[in-house]
Amino acid sequence: MSEVEHIVQIPVGPQHPMLKEPESFMIDLRGEKIDAVRMRFGYNHRGIEKGCEQRTYTQDLYLVERVCGICSYSHSTAFVQAVEEIAGLEIPPRARYIRTLVAELERIHSHLLWLGVAGHEIGFDTLLMYTWRDREQVMILLAELTGNRVNYGLNTLGGVRRDITAEQMPSILKVVNALEERTKYYIEVAQTEETLRQRLAGVGKLSKEDAARLGAVGPTARASGVDRDTRRDDPYAAYADVSFKVITDQHCDVFGRTLVRVGELMESYSIIRQLLKKIPEGPILVKAPRKIPEGEAVSRYEAPRGEDVHYVRGNGTDKPERVKVRAPTLANTQAVAKMLEDGYLADLPIVIAAIDPCFSCTDRMIGIKNPGKGERRTMSWEEVSRYGVDFYKRKGIDPSRINLRGGSAA
Amino acid sequence: MVLTVLGSLFKKPATIKYPFASFSMPDHFRGQPKFDSSKCIGCRLCIRDCPSQAITITKVGDRKFEASIDLGKCVYCAQCAETCPRKVIEISTDFELAQTDRGTLKITFHAQPASGACPDDSAEPART
Amino acid sequence: MTAVLALFQMLIFPGFVFLIVLGLAGQFVDRKLYARLQNRVGPPWFQPVADFFKLLGKETVVPEEADSRMFRMAPVFALGAVIASSFYIPLWSAQPLFSFEGDLIVVLYLLLIPTLMYFLGGWYSRSVYSTLGAVRSITQLFAYEIPLLIAVISPALLANTWSISGMVRYYSAHPGRWLFNIVGFAVAIITLLGKLERVPFDIPEAETEIVAGTFTEYSGRFLAFFRLAIDTEAIVAASLVVAVFLPFGFGLAPWLAFIVYLAKILAILAVLALLRTVFARLRLDQMIDFCWKVVAPVAFLQVLADLVLKELT
Repeated sequence: MSEVEHIVQIPVGPQHPMLKEPESFMIDLRGEKIDAVRMRFGYNHRGIEKGCEQRTYTQDLYLVERVCGICSYSHSTAFVQAVEEIAGLEIPPRARYIRTLVAELERIHSHLLWLGVAGHEIGFDTLLMYTWRDREQVMILLAELTGNRVNYGLNTLGGVRRDITAEQMPSILKVVNALEERTKYYIEVAQTEETLRQRLAGVGKLSKEDAARLGAVGPTARASGVDRDTRRDDPYAAYADVSFKVITDQHCDVFGRTLVRVGELMESYSIIRQLLKKIPEGPILVKAPRKIPEGEAVSRYEAPRGEDVHYVRGNGTDKPERVKVRAPTLANTQAVAKMLEDGYLADLPIVIAAIDPCFSCTDRMIGIKNPGKGERRTMSWEEVSRYGVDFYKRKGIDPSRINLRGGSAA
Repeated sequence: MVLTVLGSLFKKPATIKYPFASFSMPDHFRGQPKFDSSKCIGCRLCIRDCPSQAITITKVGDRKFEASIDLGKCVYCAQCAETCPRKVIEISTDFELAQTDRGTLKITFHAQPASGACPDDSAEPART
Repeated sequence: MTAVLALFQMLIFPGFVFLIVLGLAGQFVDRKLYARLQNRVGPPWFQPVADFFKLLGKETVVPEEADSRMFRMAPVFALGAVIASSFYIPLWSAQPLFSFEGDLIVVLYLLLIPTLMYFLGGWYSRSVYSTLGAVRSITQLFAYEIPLLIAVISPALLANTWSISGMVRYYSAHPGRWLFNIVGFAVAIITLLGKLERVPFDIPEAETEIVAGTFTEYSGRFLAFFRLAIDTEAIVAASLVVAVFLPFGFGLAPWLAFIVYLAKILAILAVLALLRTVFARLRLDQMIDFCWKVVAPVAFLQVLADLVLKELT
């Protein structure tokens, strides 16, 4: 294709069939090649961190869980671990095992979901249908174990709310065995299907140095050879008691990320089997105080997408002073811009999908430094409200005439 | 791949034709909470712990309380059932709770009248 | 034949109405097979009809920047060209509605027009996504059209005629010789995927990349007719491939030949649906590479084989 001088700007997002969640990517295109990408985030900001400050720790359990649907357990556990550390609670071993079990089940369902989404982005809908059909087994199992298919509500301060009965253990093993067969089939498909390999190999390259420099985490980093996994480096829950391999790959492209995730699926099955064999008897809960003493804690958790960091500060009351969530996708988005450089437009969906983006997780409050003056600007609630009203008045929309049930917009 | 795909032709589709086929969630699914107002002591601990302020407790007589729950606000976390000191709240597996009018999502579990008659009074909660 | 009979044959059977009915039925077969291969249920038999009438009832939005006349005419021209090309293809009797020496080339040219219309419709929509889709549509055309033309012409070389009905007569007279063109048949099926813009060659309408490509700005009745044109194009192109590469069964009793024709079309649609299921979408440069480096040489081999065979027979 000849050199085209003309640059076309196409907006991908916030609403686009490729994106499961809204974010804005403005792409500069030369023919079919991407010249530059400008990313704008914030479309999914819901004020969860602020909401946490106004609710008790018990209520926050359920609010933090809803940061994301797919990795909800990551956020719930990371939060609860941080609070338990501030309060100095030591949770019973059985509770730690149950948390690890559900965490690995969540990883399984998340990676199977990702396989389907990746298939859909490259036009391979059959993979989507098959993987999501198999994922149903995990969802039904999780509904039986925890009470819901997503947003499990299993964690509570001091342990877990539900126990695993002796009758449920065989059904867990049945699901794990069935899925292991299916995963072996998907590994075979990934390695032998020619059109799949053509779309995935050599696409979205990210060298090891770039991955480390740009702060990539999770399977995105591990596919570039960066050997980091919070489960091994900073064990939490029951990960110190089980042995597993950290899957890394040297391909440095989307194909590598696929292999890493499928490899992690196999490791998850092995971890679950070990947990079910070694799970100790005992209580699942210790009593936790309503008021958490002063203190702060940082909690790290290996979510399916990478390292999830929660910071909690308590001030002696029953409401937290500050909760900060750093989701893995936020760390991976810097790497996306690098991966898209010099790529084709047709590769855009799969490259973005390869970091397994979860923009609901990503959109938290970020402090912005004015690049020229190096200072931070904060606005109070009233200032933000007035700014919003002025913004729309300048566009010709008068918010004070909008009739909101139970309040006004002005 | 081709063989697997062709094999699917002869398998039953994996689709459950809901709502034409019946479907129920596993036994321990967290569905709609149900209150037994006769046991309620009005401590209101459930309101304090509800993440979405879905519960209201009203006093309807001497040591008699009624609970209403807004099913639209409820997140079905079952924290209320856990917090309640008298085990008044039972979590059922009902999930087909959709209504066309948002107002009818608020349901009230009336207390039993003093005479103890009308056995199906609290069976069907009233919709306001 | 009388003008009334000709008009009936052109507009009702086996012309316009019949082809549209067959087109909608073909869409159902494709979607149902696609679903069943993926372990799903699939739509009921009346789904394509329902979709068509639903689209007719929807609001049509013509973008302000778009060239209104081209925007509106593109679907009509596409459908018209497809129907016109069907008049020269023998469907189940060896004598199509009209025929003359050279109608093979005319049919191939007429079947180019729908792709051209996708390009023009997308180009004149003046939207970023549709322009991209339109350009991809034309770029893809250069890749698959040459192997298709070569493959379709090779049986004609052997039959020593440029008329499709002439080819049918030749192959009916020499039964079994159509087997020599099997390689060309395979090439035709692959390039048919490109012409009909199906996975792995559905690059112009890549939903996850450019929303709906050429058809992004189309809605309501214009989209209904575009989709009808695509469905009918599938039937007519499949009929062409069947007439050129599977020219048997034309001499049977009319109703038997009709059933054989339907069976052949069904088989082609089934193969297309299967290919749609097992492949991922290729990138444009990969598709062009594949067509020029693999498919075109194979098509050339078929031409050589037919030229050699012509000398030998």
